[in-house]
Amino acid sequence: MLIIECPWCGPRAESEFAYGGEGGIARPLATESMSDEQWGDYVFMRKNPKGLHHEQWRHASGCGKWFNALRDTVSYRFQGTWKIGAEPPAAFSRLGAAGADPAGAAVTPVSSAANATADGAAR
Amino acid sequence: MQKFSIWSLLRNAASYHEGWQRQWRAPEPKREYDAVVVGGGGHGLATAYYLAKEHGLRNIAVVERGWLGGGNTARNTTIVRSNYLWDEATHLYEKSMKLWEGLSQDLNYNVMFSQRGVMNLGHTLQDMRDIERRVTANRLNGVDAEVLSPQQIQAMLPFINLNTRYPVLGASFQRRAGVARHDAVAWGFARAADALGVDLLQNCEVTGIRREGGAVVGLDTARGHIRTKKVAIVAAGHSSVLASLAGFRLPLESHPLQALVSEPMKPIFPTVVMSNAIHAYISQSDKGDLVIGAGIDHYTGYGQRGSFPIIEGTLQAIVELFPLFSRVRMNRQWGGIVDVSPDACPIISLTPVKGLYINCGWGTGGFKATPGSGWVMAHTVAQDRPHPLNEAFSLDRFHNGHLIDEHGAAAVAH
Repeated sequence: MLIIECPWCGPRAESEFAYGGEGGIARPLATESMSDEQWGDYVFMRKNPKGLHHEQWRHASGCGKWFNALRDTVSYRFQGTWKIGAEPPAAFSRLGAAGADPAGAAVTPVSSAANATADGAAR
Repeated sequence: MQKFSIWSLLRNAASYHEGWQRQWRAPEPKREYDAVVVGGGGHGLATAYYLAKEHGLRNIAVVERGWLGGGNTARNTTIVRSNYLWDEATHLYEKSMKLWEGLSQDLNYNVMFSQRGVMNLGHTLQDMRDIERRVTANRLNGVDAEVLSPQQIQAMLPFINLNTRYPVLGASFQRRAGVARHDAVAWGFARAADALGVDLLQNCEVTGIRREGGAVVGLDTARGHIRTKKVAIVAAGHSSVLASLAGFRLPLESHPLQALVSEPMKPIFPTVVMSNAIHAYISQSDKGDLVIGAGIDHYTGYGQRGSFPIIEGTLQAIVELFPLFSRVRMNRQWGGIVDVSPDACPIISLTPVKGLYINCGWGTGGFKATPGSGWVMAHTVAQDRPHPLNEAFSLDRFHNGHLIDEHGAAAVAH
């Protein structure tokens, strides 16, 4: 069982959390002018890296809030969690070219769209 | 290739079984191949076999990071069925089922395909409506399927507890479905492909995909550079990693999926039972152990191990349905890395890179499709265009919106 650090509630058991997929995907703004390819990329295409991964989690059975996490997808070890809109931990800079968010890319599940906007703005 | 038969068995018995040959060679990589398959699991080996057998390509290789059949081929719960909901998926899986039915003879290797039936339980009225719909759709597509009543289920499994927290209201049943010996499938395809001249290169991780002018020209591997104009990526959980080497992304997320087996017992379980709603499936291997499949971990991961809460949930469901298994001891538990696509259907497709083909996204249910997957992938690679059976499973569908939504429909909870 993983112990996950909720930025609001502190360390809790994995079973209290819901996984929210890849983090840092901002919803595109110029939606009318987007091609099918761009829409498909936004909705479906994922980095799915082997190694360090920027992702989002929700403390579903706790405070219910979304937050960012940096996790290694091989060791499953968390390198840090941080609130939406806050400064990411130092390890965030270790996301290489493959892991870093391309400029202007967007992203988040619909349910946290409001939070996501703040997230995107922070970077 | 040394042909297996009752006569070869008798002949070798007479010489104290000292005359058996190695089943495949361990060749050094050539500098150039006409086509290279990346991934030496069941699907990759089947692709190579059908490329050689059906399309006459003999100067080809399979490159494998570890050993043959050491990934998901060795980690699944061996279930084979074709009772999918949508036409495209049903036709693909049914093609595979037809190949399964003649596979041991075709490969001259006993894959122990056992058509003992697969039952998908329904626990709610909506489950039963979905089952009626899927069974009807299957029959319209020429796939055998029937709806079982609780009494019929009880007759087949006298020890099932029908009135639990998860009352059993009925089931769908496919009699031609069943199980196969998963390792034998990889070994059978490997042996048959090797006999047709395919080089099987193990411990040969791909570290780079070389391209010129948007087309593949070769692979960098742990065993040196290999020139080739055609590369087929058939790498399941690591598909996204390989695609990133070629500069594009896939609509996949790789998750750990767990399974476990019990200590061996006398024969008690005559079929395969799957439950969509409570996510548990169970069968008994020919060796006697109960083979139990759990669900995926919700987070992505490449660690080939899963989390305990998932196993706990699955075993709670199994014990609720089959209380007599409550004291059975579990022997081993493991995880495989499954590449889950947004619509729970595979991607068997050309890619943005010329000469690069991909077969991935089988998610939690690829084993059943092993021969059919290889069959259509071989056609796609050899002809540079998809077979009619896999046209619908292109990468384009995530841009044009023609998804084949088998999530929930496919008699599997994902």
